[in-house]
Amino acid sequence: MDLADLYRDVIVDHNKRPRNFGRLEHPNRSAEGHNPLCGDRLHIFLDVEDDVIRDVRFEGRGCAISTASASLMTEAVKGKRLADVRHLFEEVHDMLTRQDAPVPEDLGKLAALSGVREFPARVKCASLCWHTLNAALIRDAAPVTTE
Amino acid sequence: MSAAAGTLAPLDVMRVREDFPILSRQIRGRALVYLDNGASAQRPRAVIDAESDYYEQHHANVHRGVHTLSQEATDLFEAAREKLRRFLNARSTREIVFVRGTTEAINLVAQAWGRPRLEAGDEIVITWLEHHANIVPWQQVCQQTGAVLKVVPIDRRGVVDFDAYLAMLGPRTRMVAIAHVSNALGTVLPVERFIAAARERGIATLLDGAQAVPHQRVDVQALGCDFYAFSGHKLYGPTGIGVLYGREAQLEAMPPWQGGGDMILTVSFQGTTYNALPYKFEAGTPNIAGAIALGVAVDYVESIGLERIARHEADLLAYATGRLDAVEGLTIIGTAPDKASLVSFIVEGVHPHDLGTILDAEGVAIRTGHHCAMPVMDFFDVPATARASFAFYNTHAEIDALVEALGHAREMLG
Repeated sequence: MDLADLYRDVIVDHNKRPRNFGRLEHPNRSAEGHNPLCGDRLHIFLDVEDDVIRDVRFEGRGCAISTASASLMTEAVKGKRLADVRHLFEEVHDMLTRQDAPVPEDLGKLAALSGVREFPARVKCASLCWHTLNAALIRDAAPVTTE
Repeated sequence: MSAAAGTLAPLDVMRVREDFPILSRQIRGRALVYLDNGASAQRPRAVIDAESDYYEQHHANVHRGVHTLSQEATDLFEAAREKLRRFLNARSTREIVFVRGTTEAINLVAQAWGRPRLEAGDEIVITWLEHHANIVPWQQVCQQTGAVLKVVPIDRRGVVDFDAYLAMLGPRTRMVAIAHVSNALGTVLPVERFIAAARERGIATLLDGAQAVPHQRVDVQALGCDFYAFSGHKLYGPTGIGVLYGREAQLEAMPPWQGGGDMILTVSFQGTTYNALPYKFEAGTPNIAGAIALGVAVDYVESIGLERIARHEADLLAYATGRLDAVEGLTIIGTAPDKASLVSFIVEGVHPHDLGTILDAEGVAIRTGHHCAMPVMDFFDVPATARASFAFYNTHAEIDALVEALGHAREMLG
């Protein structure tokens, strides 16, 4: 268990300079996520057309893990078909929660989050944005919480 | 401070630390630096032994049997109640109700004192810096009765506005329920003034003493409050045990809040007569071992001396405040002139949650989050803070370790 494995350069960079940060002018899907444990809040805005995520942005404040995870997620899902996003969601979920699972090679930069699984108290930080994205895609009106 | 206190021998911290087995633990290969005492303090060997000794030698149910063990268990349990009575300077053990902790104590008062007598439009006064445990039970009883919750504001230092409080006390005010010491900010409230103002107007008072009893002497008669609540585990005792002090006349007038064994005198299907105080409020088999061990925790604290503890902790607070203030980018949240030994803070560019993880890697345990005081976080417009809270077994060297680890956190994420 090594801190350097949690706070990899990619994470630190995306925390300092989150990509796709801010609101979308005219989102057709959005959802809010909340982690009551640490008070983190996250808002995700989507422009979905023909089952493809045309644009995505996020807003909120959270720890380095949750900010970087959201930033990396927006990069990963932008331009992707919803079916592929759902597949990605499953892969990321497994990576964060299954200690023994190998990290899939097609995860790209998202693999930087694999160190989180060594810190069980922080898994929710990394998964909040994904659950929020999921809620936005299934048009769930209720805010998401990690609890 | 009296002349006697001035001649008090200083605390031998290194000696005292030997009483706490967990303090010699290693965390991730580093010596544990435990600065999360506000959440829960650690236990001295005497408290740990008291629980196992009770189970190995004396356990049976209390107030029930005629056999030897039941008598021994009852005697130990009631002896613990007497220790707690003395500790708080209550008039009688009838005023000492064993509960699970502060939260249960406040819920008991809200439901057994508040619910039967509050009417629509009655007012309960709390402050902005309360722990959720002194907010939610009142909100619930307000929903049940139509009573209204009034909140006394605080200023940017975390000091409760006394003039605003006075202005808030009106003909419909029934209860003033306030923290003795703020868990999120460390503010010590001048509760004597708050209570006196309420009493002059015939308003009942409750103090949430969870953060106060480990740090200063509490005399419920001198305070003049109607209720005082605290938890054992912040006072070096077990979890799951705490005390509700209630002025006898108040407790006497309240109906029981839970029904069951031990709280009755007679039961028939036509009706039930209730037991005397304090048993009326102790339905079911209580946490016997916990109560006995809490009594031992009180003995332990008294053997060190609350005055000596207060002095050592004041020194720790001054040292920590100075060192943390000098950390670049660090802002202390809660700067009241009278504070208990805890420091809440934020560090620019590093979220408290990340601080908690990074510090843990160096063996330093602090609390990060909203401290069950979300309105306080909203007031200071922060999602969370980091909080280092000190006990009498903490040292300057541990505060140095905290400051050093904070530097590493800034290097890593800044």
